[in-house]
Amino acid sequence: MTASPFPILIIVVPLISAFLIILLGWLKKNLCYPFMVAALAVSALSSLAILQEVIHHGILHYHLGNWDPPWGIEYVIDPLNAFVLVIVSVISLLIAIASKKMVEREFPHKVVFFYCLFLLQVTGLLGIVVTGDVFNLYVFLEIASLAGYALIAIGEDGAPFASFNYMIYGTIGACFYLLSVGYLYIVTGSLNMADLSRLLPDLYSSKVVLMAFAFFVVGVAIKMALFPLHVWLPDAYTYAPSSVTSLVAPLTTKVGAYVLIRIMYTVFEPNFSKVAIPAATILSWVAFFAILFGCILALGQKDLKRMLVYVLIAEVGYIALGVGLGNRNGLTGAILHIMNDALMMACLFLIVGAITYKGWPRQIDRFIGLHKKMPVTMAAFVISALSVIGIPPACGFFSKWYLVLGAIDAKQWLFVAVLLVSSLLNAILFFRVIERAYFEPGANERNVQPVKNKAKFIWDEAPLSMLIPTVLLAAGILSVGLLSGTIISEVIQFALPASF
Amino acid sequence: METIYSVKPILALLVSAVGAMLILFTGERRRNLREFWTLLAAALKFSIVASMIPSVIKGKTIECTLLHLFPGVALQFRVDAFGLFFATLASALWIATAVYSIGYMRGLQAHSQTRFFFCFAFALHGALGIAFAGNLFTLFIFYEILTISTFPLVAHKETPEAVRGGRKYLAYLLTGAVLIFFSMGVTYGLTGKLDFVAGGFLQGHGSDNLLRFLFATFILGFGTKAALMPIHEWLPTAMVAPTPVSALLHAVAVVKAGVFCVLRVVLYVFGPKLLYDLDLWLALAYFASFTIILSGMLALAQDNLKRRLAFSTINNLAIIILGAALLSPSAITGGIFHIAAHGFMKITLFFVAGAIYVKMHKESISELDGIGRKMPITLGSFAIGAMGIAGTPPLVGFISKWYLCLGSLEAKEMVFLFVLLISVLLDIAYFFPIIYNSFFKKSKDELKPGIQEASMFMVAPIAICAILSIVLGVSPNAFVHFFEMASFAMKSILGVGG
Repeated sequence: MTASPFPILIIVVPLISAFLIILLGWLKKNLCYPFMVAALAVSALSSLAILQEVIHHGILHYHLGNWDPPWGIEYVIDPLNAFVLVIVSVISLLIAIASKKMVEREFPHKVVFFYCLFLLQVTGLLGIVVTGDVFNLYVFLEIASLAGYALIAIGEDGAPFASFNYMIYGTIGACFYLLSVGYLYIVTGSLNMADLSRLLPDLYSSKVVLMAFAFFVVGVAIKMALFPLHVWLPDAYTYAPSSVTSLVAPLTTKVGAYVLIRIMYTVFEPNFSKVAIPAATILSWVAFFAILFGCILALGQKDLKRMLVYVLIAEVGYIALGVGLGNRNGLTGAILHIMNDALMMACLFLIVGAITYKGWPRQIDRFIGLHKKMPVTMAAFVISALSVIGIPPACGFFSKWYLVLGAIDAKQWLFVAVLLVSSLLNAILFFRVIERAYFEPGANERNVQPVKNKAKFIWDEAPLSMLIPTVLLAAGILSVGLLSGTIISEVIQFALPASF
Repeated sequence: METIYSVKPILALLVSAVGAMLILFTGERRRNLREFWTLLAAALKFSIVASMIPSVIKGKTIECTLLHLFPGVALQFRVDAFGLFFATLASALWIATAVYSIGYMRGLQAHSQTRFFFCFAFALHGALGIAFAGNLFTLFIFYEILTISTFPLVAHKETPEAVRGGRKYLAYLLTGAVLIFFSMGVTYGLTGKLDFVAGGFLQGHGSDNLLRFLFATFILGFGTKAALMPIHEWLPTAMVAPTPVSALLHAVAVVKAGVFCVLRVVLYVFGPKLLYDLDLWLALAYFASFTIILSGMLALAQDNLKRRLAFSTINNLAIIILGAALLSPSAITGGIFHIAAHGFMKITLFFVAGAIYVKMHKESISELDGIGRKMPITLGSFAIGAMGIAGTPPLVGFISKWYLCLGSLEAKEMVFLFVLLISVLLDIAYFFPIIYNSFFKKSKDELKPGIQEASMFMVAPIAICAILSIVLGVSPNAFVHFFEMASFAMKSILGVGG
């Protein structure tokens, strides 16, 4: 075992802070926000430290309470976790910084509890990623989900109901997952992922293992909102407060996707998931419909936030498609897209938050003149929109490139087609918004006025605490795409299963 | 071939990107400073590009690699004769357009001028990136930058018509981009590399039918930007854009970038030999001929001056592609040279259309009677440009047409000689009425007596471009060695002497 304390630090700091923050709230409310940001900053820094260590020294193991696996809980961090950890912790830090103003505006009396839940949510997500134990994963899954139900329920009218709906679906998903863990425990007597992957190959013919696998995929598919199990998501994420949506929308689904990759290709062997049962093929077809369905339904939305929610469903489809393709390029694309999509969605939902914060309605057709009031926010919107459409040099293009290469390698021309068509559908979606925000009908009639007299930009931007994270995310979108070569050669290629 | 490693290509690219940012932050309140940035960026860009000419015509390539993206592909710029040819053209004409657009936008007191100049500078950034791209992937990145940055320019007027034009533009070009994306993926899947090689690199990969299919998707993809018929429809619609946009982007940067990309694919990805083996050259040549004849005829039917020019552009773009498709030395030289020749002439014509619009508020050809006497320099330049496009010596259009005709003889395909000659007749048919009416007919409505030229900002670029069309016709290597670069590119593609 290594001496590195980071794997545990990354969990414990936000977990303890979640409880301390309530006490702190009694003493002095103003301290809560810096405290939370500090806690998340520690997590983010430790995740970066972990990534460094993993790159240089290989896989990290941390045995909880010094119990040796497979009896004790073990945290295992390989390049895949380390990569997802950095994404989750950095984005949650940025969202936390941005959340202050939104929270103070939307529900000033619940600020302390919000911060507590926020930290618990992040703890849950980080825990899911960091753990090497399937049951421990379940525990963190529930921490994240329960915090999520509560956070979503704070929102506008309809949020409690949407949250209740989410809770029912989420619980069913968790049950499936738990059943699957139980089945695996029955046949192997182990809960440790590494141990399971050693024990399972002999049992692949067992019906129990097959059932466990099926339950598992369905359970995770509900959690990551993979079509057609996405039903809970549109309402929950639309009605949730902006600060919550911008945290859970980019991260929860991505962490779900991580779990899918982890179990399909680490706990079970890639061969089992691809050949022994056609799970990967089924998954990619489901993803095919998820992409189409998400994009087409998004076309029908008038509310920007709801539109983005459907786009999110399509994006989850991309990741699932990459996982389902089950070849090197496809999975590279999927893992890359976990990062890219987290950035894009965080940026987009933060922008929605900023727009509503400044009192604009979310209806797309009422965005006229928005770019004059909020030029920086809208510039960030254009960048992330271009990324979702898949226009270089934004990062979304690069993951799409790998996904298309993967589909070509697999000779699945229909998947290539759906990836390309979804680009066009996304272009329609986002240019509709951009057109509204930037072009004004009748602007030309004012040509007769001398230009000088027009006050061009009536600066009415979101507060800096929201603007800076948005700009950072937009800058991230522009830069990680071009750096994707480095990211892949340093991290992602080691995250792929050995047989790829 | 010798390779020089230098950051000049990146500097040339950055100049306009930085310029665009300065324009954005300077804003409407300090418009003189903002315009200064445009002019400064244009001048700097041209001088950086021009400084690369001496070494490139000596047969060297200038290379610069920024980032490794994935195995076999990097964000890489490689300046060869062909790329530099296009870059020189685009950056030279940007200077003229920059001056002109200041006069135009101020003359019309247009709104959102900051956005206009910002996007304009970014479009040039994209065009230069395309010119210098060392591989398909880099090319595609800048291709998309060009597409997106042009969209606000097309829809600039923000009238319902302009917005429709913008949407159509995006719909066509993004669909094309998706096809390119696909073809690029297949190419990478087949060969594992995307670097341009003079003479092509696809040979020996994949089955014949797959390659034919790939060629079709490539041509359809890039063909949208090059406005090949029947996927040209966005270009006439995009004429709602302000005239400087139509002039530089729809006569030079955007559509020429499309043609440039088609030529890159034809000559640097597939290569002459493969096209011969698969008989694709003939298919492409017929495809281009179809566009040449049809667009010439459609141009006759247009009454809106800019729309007529647009169809004439479509016609000339197809002529360039025909030149490349014929694959004979003179045809390739002529085709490449026609990129510049047509650029100078057509930008003159568009500038004239804009000057008439700003000064007289006339857009239809039927309203132009007698206008030549009011705006003699403007319409005189129009006559020069129009005659040049029709291939009259000693104008620059003659040289390219001459080489193209020679090329079709070398290729032993008489059909295409006739296509070229018919297109010249059509050129005369749709341009000469304009010249005749504007100079020799009496105006229907009363015009104020005396000369009424537009502002110097507009007239000077018009006159200079017209004069350049003559100078380059007399001495095609004047100033920047256009002809030498074109023939050098041809030699390296066909593998003779280079």
